[in-house]
Amino acid sequence: MAAFFRSLRDLLVSLKLTVVLLVLGMILVFVATIDQVHLGVWAVQQKYFRSFIVYAQIGGFSVPMFPGGYLIGGVYFLNLIAGHIYRFKLGWRKSGILLTHAGFILLLVGELLSGLWQEDFQLRLSPGETKNYSESSRAIELAFVNTTDPKFDEVVAIPEGLLAKEGSVQNPKLPFRVVIKHYYTNSMVQMRTAAPAAAPAEATAGFGAQLAVIPLAPTYKEDERNLPSVLVELLGPDGSLGTWLASMHLVAPQEIAVAGQTWKIALRSKRAYKPFSLTLVKFSHDRYPGTEIPKNFSSKIHITTPDGRDDRDVLIYMNNPLRYQGLTFYQAGFENNDRTTILQVVRNPSWQLPYIACAVMTLGLLIQFGIHLVGFVGKRRNLSSATA
Amino acid sequence: MKSRLPLLVLLAGVILVGVTLVPPHNSGPTDIVGFGRLPTLVNGRLKPLDTVARTSLLVLQGRQRVSDPAISKPFVDSPAEWLLDMLFVPAKADTYPVFRIDSPDLMTLMGLTEDDTKIGYDSTAKRIMAAVGFLPSHRARFSIQQLAPKLGELDRQSKLADSVEAPLRTSFQRAVIQLRDNIILYQRLQSSLVAPGVDNYLEQVLNLPKSLPDGLAAVTAQREGKPHDTAASKLLLDLSHSFATMEAEGYLLPIPPESGMEQTAHWRSAGSSLSESLTSGRVNPAVMAYVGLGLSWRGQQAESFNSIVHVYREQLERQIPALLRKCDVEAGFNSSQPFYTSMTIYVVAFLIGVFSWLKWHDTLGRSAFWLTVLAWVLATVGIGIRMWLEARPPVTNLYSSALFVGWGAVALCLVLEAVYKNAIGSVAAGLVGFATLLIAHHLSLTGDTLEMMRAVLDSNFWLATHVVTVTIGYSATYLAGFLALIYIVRGVFTKSLDKATADALARMVYGIVCFATLFSFVGTVLGGIWADQSWGRFWGWDPKENGALIIVVWNAIILHARWGGMVKQRGLMSLAVFGNIVTSWSWFGTNMLGVGLHSYGFTDAAFMGLIGFVASQLAFIALASLPLEKWRSFRPAV
Repeated sequence: MAAFFRSLRDLLVSLKLTVVLLVLGMILVFVATIDQVHLGVWAVQQKYFRSFIVYAQIGGFSVPMFPGGYLIGGVYFLNLIAGHIYRFKLGWRKSGILLTHAGFILLLVGELLSGLWQEDFQLRLSPGETKNYSESSRAIELAFVNTTDPKFDEVVAIPEGLLAKEGSVQNPKLPFRVVIKHYYTNSMVQMRTAAPAAAPAEATAGFGAQLAVIPLAPTYKEDERNLPSVLVELLGPDGSLGTWLASMHLVAPQEIAVAGQTWKIALRSKRAYKPFSLTLVKFSHDRYPGTEIPKNFSSKIHITTPDGRDDRDVLIYMNNPLRYQGLTFYQAGFENNDRTTILQVVRNPSWQLPYIACAVMTLGLLIQFGIHLVGFVGKRRNLSSATA
Repeated sequence: MKSRLPLLVLLAGVILVGVTLVPPHNSGPTDIVGFGRLPTLVNGRLKPLDTVARTSLLVLQGRQRVSDPAISKPFVDSPAEWLLDMLFVPAKADTYPVFRIDSPDLMTLMGLTEDDTKIGYDSTAKRIMAAVGFLPSHRARFSIQQLAPKLGELDRQSKLADSVEAPLRTSFQRAVIQLRDNIILYQRLQSSLVAPGVDNYLEQVLNLPKSLPDGLAAVTAQREGKPHDTAASKLLLDLSHSFATMEAEGYLLPIPPESGMEQTAHWRSAGSSLSESLTSGRVNPAVMAYVGLGLSWRGQQAESFNSIVHVYREQLERQIPALLRKCDVEAGFNSSQPFYTSMTIYVVAFLIGVFSWLKWHDTLGRSAFWLTVLAWVLATVGIGIRMWLEARPPVTNLYSSALFVGWGAVALCLVLEAVYKNAIGSVAAGLVGFATLLIAHHLSLTGDTLEMMRAVLDSNFWLATHVVTVTIGYSATYLAGFLALIYIVRGVFTKSLDKATADALARMVYGIVCFATLFSFVGTVLGGIWADQSWGRFWGWDPKENGALIIVVWNAIILHARWGGMVKQRGLMSLAVFGNIVTSWSWFGTNMLGVGLHSYGFTDAAFMGLIGFVASQLAFIALASLPLEKWRSFRPAV
């Protein structure tokens, strides 16, 4: 038994394992890069890097094919720590290697944390428009908005994860219980008159009664997004309020009056509300003269907070984001004939980690290779003075 | 005598370089060189017409010479002369074979038969040369006149191909689209200064300042239903139609505003400027200058051509002297072709270096070293001029990355050679220098290599730090691989790899791998920081980012394998050669995937080139894995 543990320990601290893991990591990155052509960058990250095992679909079965990013990274992490503890020797000749690896551990941790914590939203603004929320470019939510009081809206939103479970949701703010009958990750919606062959309507209220939902396979392409639909039945204290269809295809929310309150129902991009509002003053898209090559994109934005502390203009352009209240706003795109701006809104609490990690690693490498170089030059000098 | 050889070799090299630097002169009485130095706006950049001529020819036919293999004299003496014919004598230009077609299917589509492609040499000697393959036996370049009958079919085929997503197109479809685009470029170039298919267009515009008031009056009267000069109004309406066509089609924007020429945004096409004249009643003098140039070129009146070039230039000189200097330098840079000269010298240095291992070790070694220095200095000057023209750090696109990878690797070689003095540095420098400049040449076939930077990349700070560092990382990784190739080839095929040389090579490779690790790592990290600053994520698993990461990881693998004693000398060499594959994939392969933020257009030939290179490197690795007794250098003496 002791022999087994000793060999296990020798394996765990060995440089051979390091090399094997590095090779595996390299293959993983390579295959993932190739696969981006089919899956798109987001799905690739989930499949290869943010997973323990990479599965392949063979004949309808998920077959484990290769260790995933978490597994390779995790074992590498252990190997690195164990190796350093086992071989630990303090001394300036080792300081370079120590620093490099410490920095590398920090880098891995940083990437893990940003994978877990980072929030990525988009903000679309047309000239003069004001918003106090950003929208997810991927996640959606089923929102119930109480508009009874004209002064403010009250929002209850059901996230995608709950919708996909197709269960039922009860919330004290809602005057009804929501039973999710069907959730379609990607779908098409057609008028029933245009699709006579469609299955009979399940929706009994709202627009849904005239519409047919056709489920589609989820898309992973970078320039396409899934457009989900959901069928929900609303159960009030006195019985059903009808089955409603909510879909990303339906732009206008549907209204329902319950117990003297007016509620609006909509399936929409997941929103993150902010304690401040942004107004687009102007979006500019400059091109090089006589060409379509973009020279610059910029958005002039006005920030206001309810307490009146902030009331100013800022300019966001390429390579010059706005950092405000822990969020960073980047110029990401534009649409609507160069009138509407699209800003990327990112919250990443661990954004400094890579910077620190890289500084530490660079220093480590410089020390390590500097020692080599000094040694080498010294040797050459001795050699040449010996021959001279 | 022998000790003076390095000096003599260097001197010969310097003289060769000096010859290329001599400014070009006109072959006839017409000042075509002066014409080529006139500025025009194309693709957002003010450049000399000479550059437009050269890059257009490169895009259309892959070379700057306009000639037919069966005719010994080229059709024109310079690219600028070709441009003059294109602009002003289109009927003549249409007979020049400037469309390169490689795809046999496309040739069939365009109705080109064996009769069109077969080259009938007039001399027997040439025919024999062609038969054994020293001269081409078939044409690959054709004139628009030859292609004209099938242009309708080409258009139909290209529309079919357009509907297919770019990465899924077959090589035939890509060839069809490329030829279609080339023909559009050709026709747009021809519509720049003369309206296509209009008789006496230049004469009509020449008379415009005189005829304009009457014409405008006639048109106004016609609109109001009053009696008018029908001929005058018809002439003007026809002209306005031509101007609109030229405005829509014209490729060049050569007409500066009368004041404020330095603002490139206000430069116009001839058609647009003339359309404006129809309302303002004033004709821009630059338009008249080009009309005059056109008429005198057609009439072969050298004297009036030269004086118009002179007068027009003086007029420009008053407002934009600095921009004209840039155009002059660029035209001079074009004609001296420093990278081509540098490439030639690298080859010579390589050969001399290899020969030094057989004989006259010191003398030839030093000759090779000094030649390498010369070629490198020349490349440095070339890169420097490009940087000055663009006001950018050295690497701004794939083309300049190829230049810089070679530059960096050769710089490292020079350091190695200065330390070791065993000609290995010079030989490696010759190899890498030649290879990278060859790659750069092929990359230049896609158009003007001095491009305007897209908004995303428009940050001189990050271009100067991230891009330069990462590119030096590429250089070093390649250099380690090429040094390893030298080790393998010398060891397996010759007896010249003695223990001292082998150890020296191993130390060089190890040192360069360390250097490569440092630079590729720091470069990758700087890229991450740039991404964090501009897109809000440090790492996005974009193909190019992954490519850079793989290089870092591979270098780390080499170092760990060596430190752990898993590989010895030969293993180290094999790993370093594999580094060539890794780097090539990151440099070019990732761009061929066609996804992500860093993707640029790419061609089939480049893909085949990459596959071929990878195969060759694998063959070298296999060679390195031969048992030691098969290596000539290590075989025990019998």
